Amino acid sequence: MTSIILRTATLYMFPPLILFSVYLLLRGHHYPGGGFVGGLMGGAAFALYSLAFNVAAARKLLRFDPRDIAAVGLAISLLSGLPALFSGEVFLTGTWWKIPLGNGNYFDLGTPFIFDIGVYLVVLGVLLTLVFSLGEEE
Amino acid sequence: MLTLLVICFVAAFLAPLLHRLCPKYTGVLLLSAPLAMFVWLVKQIPEIMHGHPVEQTCIWVEKIGLELAFRLDGLSLLFALLISGIGMLILLYTQGYFKGHPQQGRFLMYITAFMASMLGVVFADNLLLIFIFWELTSFTSYLLIGFNHESEDARKAALQAMLVTVLGGLFLLGGLILMADAAGTWRLSELIQRGSELVAHKNYLPILILVCIGAFTKSAQFPFHFWLPNAMQAPTPASAYLHSSTMVKAGVYLLARLSPALGGTEEWMLILTTIGATTFLVGAVMALGQHVLKRLLAYTTVSALGAMIMLLGIGTDYTIKAMAVFVLAHAFYKATLFMVAGGITHETGGETSIDKLGGLRKAMPISFICALLAGLSMGGFIPFFGFVAKELWLHALDHYVLLVIATVIGGAAYVLVGLSVGLKPFVGKMPDGLRAHEIPPAMRFGPIILGAGCLALSFFLKPIGHGLIEPAASAIAGKELHVHLHLWAGFNKAFMISTGTVVLGIGLFFARNTLLGMAQKLRPITKVGPDAVYDFLLKSVLNFAGWQTRNLQNGSLRHYIRISVITTTFLVIAAFIRAGGFETFEKISPLSIRISAIGILMIFATFGTVKSESRLSSILSMGVVGFSMALLFTFFGAPDLAMTQVVIETLTVILMALAFYHLPATNHISPKKTRAIDIGVAVGFGVMITVLVLAALAVQTPTPVSDYYLEHSYKEAHGRNVVNVILVDFRALDTLGEITVLTIAALGGAALLKLRPSTRRRDVLVALPQESGGDTASTKKENPS
Repeated sequence: MTSIILRTATLYMFPPLILFSVYLLLRGHHYPGGGFVGGLMGGAAFALYSLAFNVAAARKLLRFDPRDIAAVGLAISLLSGLPALFSGEVFLTGTWWKIPLGNGNYFDLGTPFIFDIGVYLVVLGVLLTLVFSLGEEE
Repeated sequence: MLTLLVICFVAAFLAPLLHRLCPKYTGVLLLSAPLAMFVWLVKQIPEIMHGHPVEQTCIWVEKIGLELAFRLDGLSLLFALLISGIGMLILLYTQGYFKGHPQQGRFLMYITAFMASMLGVVFADNLLLIFIFWELTSFTSYLLIGFNHESEDARKAALQAMLVTVLGGLFLLGGLILMADAAGTWRLSELIQRGSELVAHKNYLPILILVCIGAFTKSAQFPFHFWLPNAMQAPTPASAYLHSSTMVKAGVYLLARLSPALGGTEEWMLILTTIGATTFLVGAVMALGQHVLKRLLAYTTVSALGAMIMLLGIGTDYTIKAMAVFVLAHAFYKATLFMVAGGITHETGGETSIDKLGGLRKAMPISFICALLAGLSMGGFIPFFGFVAKELWLHALDHYVLLVIATVIGGAAYVLVGLSVGLKPFVGKMPDGLRAHEIPPAMRFGPIILGAGCLALSFFLKPIGHGLIEPAASAIAGKELHVHLHLWAGFNKAFMISTGTVVLGIGLFFARNTLLGMAQKLRPITKVGPDAVYDFLLKSVLNFAGWQTRNLQNGSLRHYIRISVITTTFLVIAAFIRAGGFETFEKISPLSIRISAIGILMIFATFGTVKSESRLSSILSMGVVGFSMALLFTFFGAPDLAMTQVVIETLTVILMALAFYHLPATNHISPKKTRAIDIGVAVGFGVMITVLVLAALAVQTPTPVSDYYLEHSYKEAHGRNVVNVILVDFRALDTLGEITVLTIAALGGAALLKLRPSTRRRDVLVALPQESGGDTASTKKENPS
C-alpha cells in the first residue's frame, strides 16, 4: 500500500488531526468531545500514518509502546480517584482546585479532567496496540 | 488477640524467606508465634475460670454485619491451647522431618497459615468471620495434602478433601445466614443467648441440617468420612496436626459452640447421636482391616470424631464433660502416635505397613516409650488419661444400652489399634533387611512431651478439671457446670465395662491375623461405599463439563456469535413477555423525508454487505450503515454520539481491512443450509431489537434520569457537556471498569496476534538462501558464501 498521494496528504493531515484530538479532549467538559472520542481521533491519526507509510514508521513517530501508553493512562485514571479519599469522600468523587492565572482569572482543574486524560491515553494505546499488531508482519 | 493472630499469619508468610536466610532454624524461629499465643492463652486461664471471657471487636464491613469480633471463653481456650501447643511441637517436628528438604519453607508456610486460620475459627465471635477462617482451614489443608504435588494420589486426595469440605462449607454458609436471619444478629455470643427463639423458629430444621452437613463434612462423619483416610497422603506433620488433632475437630467445635443455641431438641439429639454413633462404629471396624500405619490411625480418628459428635448429641451434663475430656485425651495420644508413625516411616526408609515392622525397640527406644504411653492411653488402660476419659464416657452413657454396647466394640478396637501402633512395631523379631535408627532430636520433642502427657495428665486431674474442662464444658452446656475428675472412682459399673473392653481388645490384638483375613474377604463391600459415589459424581461432573464445552465452546467463532445472539434474543423476548408486552404505540412521530432517505440507504447498504462477493466491499457497505447512523444521531441532536460514531466507524473499517488482509484469499461461501439458519438468527435478533426500542418508547418514567443529570451537571460537576460529565464524573467508576476491560482486551488481542503461525515469514526465510544472488544484507549475513 504505497501511494504517493496518500503519503503526501498524510503528512499534511497528521498534525491537524493530532491537534484536533487534543482539542476534543480539552473542550470535552463543556462542549461535544471528551477523552474517548479524542483518543479515537488521535489513534486514527496514527493509524492513517501507519497505512500511508508502515507500522515501523508509525511506531517510531509515537516513540512509546502503545501498551505502555494504555497502562499509563489506566494508572492516571485510577490515581485521579485518590484525592477524594483524602478528603473523606468516596473514591472517584470529583475534586476541584482553583488555579490562579495571575490576572484575576482562575482555571478550574478537577480530577474528572485528569480522569479524562487517562481515558484518552487508554483509548489511544488500546487502539494502536491492535492496529499495529494487525498491520505488522505483512 | 487480633495482634497475636496477625503475628501468626505474618509468620506464615515469612516462612519461605526465613528458610532461605537460615534453613536450619526456620522451625525454631517460627515457633515464637505460637509460643507467644500459648503464653498469652495460659495467662488468660484464671479470668476464664471465673467466667469472664476475653473480647475484642473491630468493625470490618459494617453493611453485611461482618466485624472482626473475637471472643475467648472456656471452649475456645481448650481448643486454642491445643492448636498453639501442638502447633509448636509440630513446627519442631517438621524441622527434623524435612531436614534438608528444599521445599521446607513452603511447608512451614502452609502449616503456620493453617494454624493461624484454625485459631481464627476458635476465636471468631461472628458467624461470617468463623466461616472465612473455616474455609481458610479447608484451603490450607488442600495445600498440605497436596504438598507432594508430583504424586497423582496426593493431588487426587487433596482435591477430594477440598471438594468435600468446601461443599460442606457452602451448606454451612447457608445455615449460618439462615441462623443470623432467624436470631437477628451475626454475633455468636448474642445468638447463643437467643437459643429458645431459634429452636422455635420455622427455619430451625433447615438451619440444623445445613449446619450439621457443614460440620459433618469437616469432621469426617459418615457418610463423608472417606476423605480423611485418603488425606493421609499429606506429609506426616500435617497428618498429625490437621487430620488428627485440630482441623478435623473444627466441626465438633462448631457444633459444641452452637449447642446452647441449637441443641437440646429431639432433632438435634437424633441427628447427632445417630450419625456420631454410626461414624464411631464404622471408623473403629474399618480400622481393624488396615495395616498401613497412618491409614489405621486415620480410621480411628474418624471413629473418635464420631464419638465426640455422639456425646455432644446426647447433650447431658455428663456427656458434655466426657466429650471435653475426650477431646483433650485424644489430641494427646493421637498426635503422639502420628508423630511416632511418621518417625518410623522416616527412619526405616519409607516402610508403612505394620506387618513388615517389628523389633524396633532397640533401634528406637525413645519412640518406643512414647508410642507405648500413647497407645495405652488410647486403649484406655489405667492409669492413663485415656482411661479417665473412657471412664467418664461410660459413666455418662449409663442409660443408653445400645450406645454402651457400641462403645465396648469401638473401645476394643481402640485397644487393638493402640497396641498395633504402640507395641507391635517395636517388639518381636526384626524382619530381615529392615534398618532403623532413632529419630533426630528435633522430632523427639513432640512425641516425648505429648506421650508423657498421656500419663502425666492423670496426676493433675484437679487443675485440669477446674482450669480447662470446667470452663469448656460450661461453654458447651450454656450454663455453669462443675467438674471433678477422678482417676479412681471405685469398682462401679463403668469400671467393669471398661476393664471388659480392655480385655476384649487384648484378645483381638492376639487374633489380629484372623481379623485381617476376614477384612480381606469383606473388601469388595468398600467398592460400593461413599468413596465410589464420590468418584462417580466427580466423573459425571467432568463428563458434563466436557460435553458442554464441546457443544458450546468448540472454537468456531461463528458458532460463538450464533449462540450469543440466539441466547440474547430468547432471554430478552422471555423477559419482555413476562413484563406484559406492549402497551401503546402513540409516541411514534411521523417520519420526515430526510430520515426516511437515510433509512432506505441503510437498508440497501445492509443488503450490499450480505450479498457482496468480496470482503472489502462488504466492509465498505457496512461502513455506509455506520456513517448513516452517525447522520441520524446529528439529526436527533446528539453531536457527541455522532462524532464518536464517525470515528469508530472509520477505525472499524480500517481494523477489519487489516484483519481480513491476514485471512486466506478464498472467498468461502457457507452452504445454503447454514446461510438459511444465519438469516433466521439475524432476522430474529433484528426483530427483537426493534420491538425493544418500540417498547422503550412506550415506557413512561415519572421523572426521567436525564433531568437529574441536566440539573446537577454544571452545579456540582463544573461541566456543561452532560454526556461527558456522566462519563468522567457521575459514573466514573463504570468508565474506569470499561477502560480496564479495554486494556485487557487489547493486550489479549495483541498476544493472540503474536501467536498466529507466521507461515509467510517462515516461507521468506526458507526461500531466501536458495536465491543465487543474495541481494539483501540479511541473506548475506545468513549465507556468507
